Amino acid sequence: MKETRSYNELLPHLFRQEYAKMTAVLCRHFGLRHIEIAEDIASDTFLKASEHWAINGIPENPAAWLYTVARNKAKDYFKHISVFETKIRHGLKPDNHKWENDFEFHEEIISDSQLAMIFAVCNPANNPESQIALALQILCGFSVEEIANAFLTKTETVKKRLQRARNNLRNDDFQVETLTGPEIRSRSDTVLKTLYLLFNEGYFSKSNHQFIRKELCSEAVRLILILTENPLTNTSQTNALLALMCFQSSRIEARINEKGEAVLFDEQDQNRWDKSLIEKGNYYLINATNGNEISKYHLEAGIAYWHTTDDKNKWRNILQLYNQLILIEYSPITALNRTFAFSKVYGQERAISEAEQLHLMEHNQYHGLLGYLYTPSNIPKAIEYYEQAVKLTTSETEKQTLNRKIERLKRKDDGQYR
Amino acid sequence: MKEFALIFRLRDIADFKPSPEQMQERMNWLGSIAAQNKLADKGNTLLPVPGSAKTVKPNNVVTDGPYTEIKEFISGYIVVKAENIDEAVEIAKANPIFGQVGGNIEVREVLKRD
Repeated sequence: MKETRSYNELLPHLFRQEYAKMTAVLCRHFGLRHIEIAEDIASDTFLKASEHWAINGIPENPAAWLYTVARNKAKDYFKHISVFETKIRHGLKPDNHKWENDFEFHEEIISDSQLAMIFAVCNPANNPESQIALALQILCGFSVEEIANAFLTKTETVKKRLQRARNNLRNDDFQVETLTGPEIRSRSDTVLKTLYLLFNEGYFSKSNHQFIRKELCSEAVRLILILTENPLTNTSQTNALLALMCFQSSRIEARINEKGEAVLFDEQDQNRWDKSLIEKGNYYLINATNGNEISKYHLEAGIAYWHTTDDKNKWRNILQLYNQLILIEYSPITALNRTFAFSKVYGQERAISEAEQLHLMEHNQYHGLLGYLYTPSNIPKAIEYYEQAVKLTTSETEKQTLNRKIERLKRKDDGQYR
Repeated sequence: MKEFALIFRLRDIADFKPSPEQMQERMNWLGSIAAQNKLADKGNTLLPVPGSAKTVKPNNVVTDGPYTEIKEFISGYIVVKAENIDEAVEIAKANPIFGQVGGNIEVREVLKRD
């Protein structure tokens, strides 16, 4: 049946997989300043593939075919430049172009180039939004439209973001071909944060496109796996973040039902959790605890780990990890999640005052949490909070979930008082 | 927003080592302050045990710990953010040591040296 697979199906898949790798390898030779040339060659290569394969069929090894074409195109480009430089400018000596010998697409070179590219792209000068957009474009081969889809923003906005981010990239004299210890250390925080945000963008995405969400998550995992392959970047934090991603990914199928609606943790069908990913998570979490370091990724991975268990002290442990997490870094979401864990340990009643102290009126989850906490003791108040949450939320699926709860509570309330 | 140091004093050296449950309650209290975004500095524990505590006095007199002479000893501190001292006092009142072991908390406004 393999023959019937049309190049129309294969090409987008290959494009996603190989475009970013190809660009990374080419960038080693052209330098980050000329990333557009590398991208042009990669695009041209895929264009040629689409034309050639449509007529002649898919070659036996499509990836090898693509790399051969890319290599030739790059050589042509260099030859052209070389002629231009030597004949017209007389400036450069031919031996400045040693590329002919080492211009290869070995597994090892691809992997090294991608690692270097990750560090080049994760520039602390960029703000988080443009950082993720840039990572998606350069490291994952996403189109502007796909990025706009994932962020639920206009393509124009994404284009502008990317342009600014690319300017920062060009002005930065980061050397793609030589990735050294100090460079890695100076940027590893930004790299991990970018991958963390990239994953979260997929996992907690506003987009309803399940496909895009999964794609973002698996891209984040693919990139962090590259970090684990190099001893310089295979750190305790890297392993902790990867463990977190594995635990979260294990629930990705169970979080959304057939209608595309979000399924709350308590209501998830545990049979749909991916056990092999949980095991991988455990493996990387153990790797991560080799040192004494406890980063926010360690704590979050720990929390995600306990969520996969049925231990009787599960919520007690989760609460303690949230206590530690919020000491490292305050965020409204952590504060709300911590309070939810508190209610699981000490009961909804006691958690009400904890929640009310947070004063996060503008957050829909704050009202959602209080709606949940008031449910056993005060239904009208619970409904009030849930209604406020509906008003504040922008996500349609979340609105539906909240409205269902309100309906349920109203029926219950009627039953009790009439 | 002002900052206030909360200085913990314990009554008995035996109370310095809390049980796991007591520790959890103390962490819950600290986590609760941080969850309100009112923790300016999570502070530190000050070890009162021999070898970790000495008092230096005039004429090169050095004594072991503070605990040989005074009953109450400082066991640690944190710094909180609050609108006024009353708010900081309310935060301190919720500390579980009052129910657990006894002791006191001194609340002091921080005047920054700069």
